[in-house]
Order: sequence, then structure tokens, then C-alpha cells
Amino acid sequence: MVNAKINGVPVQVAEGTTILEAAEKVNIKIPKLCYNDDLPPWAACGICVVKVEKNPKMLRACCTPLEEGMSVITHDPEIVQVRKTVIELILSTHPDDCLQCPRNGSCELQTLAAEFGIREQPFEKRLRDLPLDTSTGTLVLNPDKCVRCGRCVLVCQEMQNVWAIEFLGRGENTRIAPAADVALADGPCIKCGQCAAHCPVGAIYENDQTKEVWDALMKTGADDMTCVVQIAPAVRVALGEEFGLEPGTVITKKIYAALRRLGFDVVFDTNFSADLTIMEEGTEFVKRFTDYASGKKKELLPLITSCCPSWVDYMEKYYHDMIPNFSTAKSPQQMMGAMIKTYWAEKAKVDPKKIFSVSIMPCTAKKWENGRNKDMWSSGYKDVDTTLTTRELARMIKQAGIDLVNLPDEEADSPLGPYTGAGTIFGATGGVMEAALRTAYNLITKEDLKDVNFTGVRGISGIKEARIHVKGIEVRVAVAHQMGNIAQVLDMVRTARDKGEDAPWHFIEVMACRGGCIGGGGQPYGATDEMRQKRIAGIYSDDEKSTYRCSHQNPYITQVYADFLGEPNSHKAHELLHTHYEKRSVYKV
Amino acid sequence: MPAARIEFSKGLQDFIQEWKDKPGNLIMILHRVQQEFSYIPREAAERLAEELSMPLAKIYGVITFYHLFKTTKPGKHRIAVCMGTACYLKGGQTLLEECEDILGIKGHEVTDDGLFSIDAVRCVGCCGLAPVLMVGNDVYGKLTKEQVPEIIAKYRG
Repeated sequence: MVNAKINGVPVQVAEGTTILEAAEKVNIKIPKLCYNDDLPPWAACGICVVKVEKNPKMLRACCTPLEEGMSVITHDPEIVQVRKTVIELILSTHPDDCLQCPRNGSCELQTLAAEFGIREQPFEKRLRDLPLDTSTGTLVLNPDKCVRCGRCVLVCQEMQNVWAIEFLGRGENTRIAPAADVALADGPCIKCGQCAAHCPVGAIYENDQTKEVWDALMKTGADDMTCVVQIAPAVRVALGEEFGLEPGTVITKKIYAALRRLGFDVVFDTNFSADLTIMEEGTEFVKRFTDYASGKKKELLPLITSCCPSWVDYMEKYYHDMIPNFSTAKSPQQMMGAMIKTYWAEKAKVDPKKIFSVSIMPCTAKKWENGRNKDMWSSGYKDVDTTLTTRELARMIKQAGIDLVNLPDEEADSPLGPYTGAGTIFGATGGVMEAALRTAYNLITKEDLKDVNFTGVRGISGIKEARIHVKGIEVRVAVAHQMGNIAQVLDMVRTARDKGEDAPWHFIEVMACRGGCIGGGGQPYGATDEMRQKRIAGIYSDDEKSTYRCSHQNPYITQVYADFLGEPNSHKAHELLHTHYEKRSVYKV
Repeated sequence: MPAARIEFSKGLQDFIQEWKDKPGNLIMILHRVQQEFSYIPREAAERLAEELSMPLAKIYGVITFYHLFKTTKPGKHRIAVCMGTACYLKGGQTLLEECEDILGIKGHEVTDDGLFSIDAVRCVGCCGLAPVLMVGNDVYGKLTKEQVPEIIAKYRG
């Protein structure tokens, strides 16, 4: 342990604790801009400088460990002036169009400027005039707004191991761009949006599609559209943060009510189609596992989940040799889209041409997924017309003047609304695996589990492994989240395969974002592990409160198969609910 | 994968093999690539990414950090006008402008016929000869603006 003083207050911390972290322990807030809890300190901005007794220089608190006997001053008029100058210098190269900026009101630089009472611009304004990159249709890169804090680059390279962006150039000409200045869409970018979620300013943000949705909602007369909406599992435990609620507060029924007040005609829940995904993917797993266990076909295991579009994109670029192992089941978003414009349209006697299908997702990549390949038009129309992130939905609710927190609870519409606990846990890392195991157990044994909780696959650690016994047969599973953790798992699978050995696991779940979808790139800003864990806790509380906790128990799922799909993995199910993958190059040729 | 893989000479391939697993290999290899092509073609960077198992973004981070590395093909004759302190004070800027006027291009550009490119560079290491410009490896010192057309003309043939 290290004993020191911060502003005269004695503090004892573990060795290696930085001054910034130690100060937080004694309730002193040192301002920061480039530093982020998820990332190693980068020391780019210089706002966190402090004085250390007997040291002539000011030191950056984010990357200086507290040492035995140190006496640190975090705030005095001189330090405040230095910080203010740093902010003024950053502002001298930053556009002043805050009122039109997507981060207006959530910008960390704007907050600092306000806290430091910046009223003048003493330095000459030197703006760059670099082009916007809108190539992905999901994320917008505005390098003019970049403060070169380095968060997006660290996220993309270290957390996600994607390397879509890098610092190009040097000094004041440094900019964030893909290698060789290709368009973002033509390089390794997987559209996970973690860069946008970590950007402190408006340099990277989601492509805002709220206008398209407003336009559809407003259409009347001959142009009138039946607007159908679905909300993803992870949205319900995070949207509240935009309205002052604690992370993890489950507000599903208020969201249903808000969506109706926004003008949606029909409100469905992606949790229902998550149950559907489990029926399809669980059946797929059981088939492959049975063949494997009987020694018939060993190479089709492990089965790898495919609900996460960023992961699909990554796999098609980096692990296309594993396409045969990939579940062909579409993601819940796309299954719901297909069911709305076929099954529901038929049932409700609505012309699918007149349906406008919107999904609310915690994810930026879902905007890309809805047009990923021709399978996303399985109904004969675009199955999901527009995808909005949690942040965009929050904006619409605020624009509409809806007091979300105090709305009365409402229910989703039937039959594509009611869901089980298995559907809801899709939003957290390990959730798809747990949901699949709950149903796979039943499919194999024709019995239900006494205890449906597979706690071994839960939690925030990057890679989780578990062994489950199904009537004497051992099923080995692995769960990985945060893209940078995936290679470790898949490289082991590759090695085993190439040596002709048994796969280390039978079933693997992958989610690109830290914590799973609850930590998605389209979720409210400022996620930390503490917040992610609260969101996860919200997800599991929703599961525990559910009447049914296994997808196959959902009576509406039974109905959909009886009325329309036949059996899981039937011909019709394959046409509507399954997809294909193809090998793609990392850089567009 | 680029449609047609870029050719590397035997010498360059051997050099890459020699440096492949050594620390600091990237900069050494990039120098050698530039020596071969006079700049770093995108296809060469892609081939390096593959052979060194390194993300292309990392390679471009390095290429664009150092002014010495070029991502576009320079002219056959590279004119480097020194803007080091001594040359600058003795009229380096005038030499640069004269070159630009004669060739009709700006710094970092290449003439349409591919013959010339101009770069303003920091000290070339012979301040006693200020102001200095170089064409390829030839050094011209103690220059006046009036001498520039003649120097350029020498390389046109």
C-alpha cells in the first residue's frame, strides 16, 4: 500500500494506483478529457495536470502513479489557469457549431468549457476542412470535430482489435482516418460503434435516421403506412438513463406506451423473436450435436452464434474459414422483420407494401444488418425498413414531449410481443448461450430443467467457459464478448481443427461489444463497467420475473409454429428465418 | 487481396525475411520498399501487412507520421528546396516559388509528364552553401533565382 496526501487529505491506496484514481477515492474530481475508464491512460490532452511537491513540473494525473509520501495539489489558481488554457487551445481548432452538433448537450468538451467558464477565444481559430465520411450508413466520421484524444483509435485497435482507424499524419495535422484514407465502409470497420460511444465530442456519431421514421409516422391518406416497431432486449435497461433513471432500470412497459404515443400502430418486442431465434438455433445445435455425439459428423461443431451483426461482419472478413460453423439463424431483429411482413401482415390483413417496419436497437451495426444481403428482403420487401439506436429513440421521445418516466404501463401487441426470460437475456453477454441451453436441454431430453440458471456463462469477464451435463453427455461451451477477446477463442478452435483434434467447445457465443448488447455502440453515452453490470442485473431481474423462462414455453411461439412455420428449421423457416454468409476481403478490392 | 500481387525484387524479399522478426522492423523495411519504388505504393503496404501479419492501419500510421515516406509517386527528378534556417534567411522561399512558377506545380505535386516534383525540406546539411536546392542527389548551392531555369532545363532532356 502507498500512503500519500492529496490536497492535504491523507490517502492510502494500492501500489500502482494513479493520482487520478486516488483522488476519486477522497472525493476530489480532477477534470479529464482524453481519459476513459475502459482504456489505458493516453495522456493526450493535458487537462488532468496536478502539482506534486518538490517536482518543478506539473504532472498528468491520469498516468502518474501515486507514490509513498507524495503530496499532491489538484486544484489551485495556477493549475486551473493552465487547464483553462489547454481547453482554450483545443477550442481554437474546434468548430463552434455546438447548436447543430449531434453531441450538443452530451459533449464532454462542451461540459468542460462550461465548467471552466470559457467566455473568450484568445487564440487564433485554425479550423481544418476535412470531408465527412458517411460511407457506412451507420456511423458518421467528422474529422473536423476531432480533438485527437485517441479514444476511438484505442477502442478500435485495443478493445476491438479491428484496426479500422488510425492516427494519420503528425502534429497538428494528425487526423483520425482509415488506412490509406479509404472510406470507412471499404476497410475493416465492423460498425460496432464503440468509437462513437467513446468519442467525447461530435467527431464520430450514429447516422441519425429519426427523420425517416417521423416522415413515415406522419404519412396520411393514400400514403398512410402501418408503422410497426420492435424493441431489442438491451434497450429496456438503458433508455431510462436518458431520462434520469439509474442504469438497469427496466422500463419495458413504459417504452411500449411511449412508442404508441409517438404514433406507432403496432408495438412488438424483439424478445419474442429472440425466443424464435432460440427455437431455430437451438434446433440447429441439437441436430449438429446429435450427429457429433453419434460420431456421424464431427466437423460441424462448434456451432457459433450469429445474432451480432458486427461479429458477422468480422467473421466474414477474418474467419471466413469458419462459415460452416456459423449458425444460419438470422438475428432476432431480422426474424421479427420477416415475421411482421409475412405472418403478421397476413393475419392482420395488411398489405406488406404498406408496412413500415422500425427496430429500436442498442446497436449501430443493426443499421447495416437490415440491408446486409438479399436474405434481408425475405418477405419480398425490406424486412426492417429503418433501425434506430437507443439514443435516437430517446431523442424522439424528448422531441415529442413525452414524460417517459411517468407514463402508465402498457403491454406489447400480440402475437409477436409476449416473451420469455430467455428472450430478454439476449441483451447480455452469455444470454444467448444460456437461452439456447435452456431449450436445447428440452429438445434433447424432452424434459424441462429444474434450475434454468446457467450462472457460469454470466458476468463481465471477457471469456467464459462452462461444461453442462445433459443426461450424461458433456456439452462444452464458451462465451466471448468485446471483439478483441474473440481471436483467442477462435484461434484455439482453428488449431484443433487443423490438427484434426476434437473442438475445444461445442457451442460458442460471440458478441462484439463489452458486456454484450447492453454495452452496444448505440446505447446512452458514458458506459462504464459499473453501469454495464447494472444493466446486466436489470436484464436478469426481468428474466427472473418472467412467467416462462424458456423460449419453447412461450405459448405464442408454439402458435406461430402451429399456424405458420410448421417446425423449427422447416423449409418455410429456412426461407424466412435463416441466412447465408460469404467470404469477404478486409479491404475492398 | 489486390487482384495482381505487386512484384518485390529478390533483394527486397530477402531484406524482409531478414528483418521480419526483429524489433523495429517496420521502419527498416519501409525504407527498403521506398528505395525500390521511390514511394510506398498501396499494394506494397498491403503486401507488407500480410507478410508481417500487421494491420494495414498500423503501417499507414507510420508512413504518414514520417515526412520521408511518400504515398504518391514522386517525379523522376525530385527537387528539394531547403528551408532550413540558413537557406530560408538567404532566400530559400524565392527559390521555391521560382521552381513552382517554372513547373506550374506546388510543393508535394508532380508535373503532368511525371518528370519533376517539388518538396520544401528542412536542413539538407550544407548550410555553408545556402541557399541550397537539390535535384535528386545533385546539390546546387549559393543560388540566385536567376540560376533556377538553367538547372531545371538540364534535367528536361
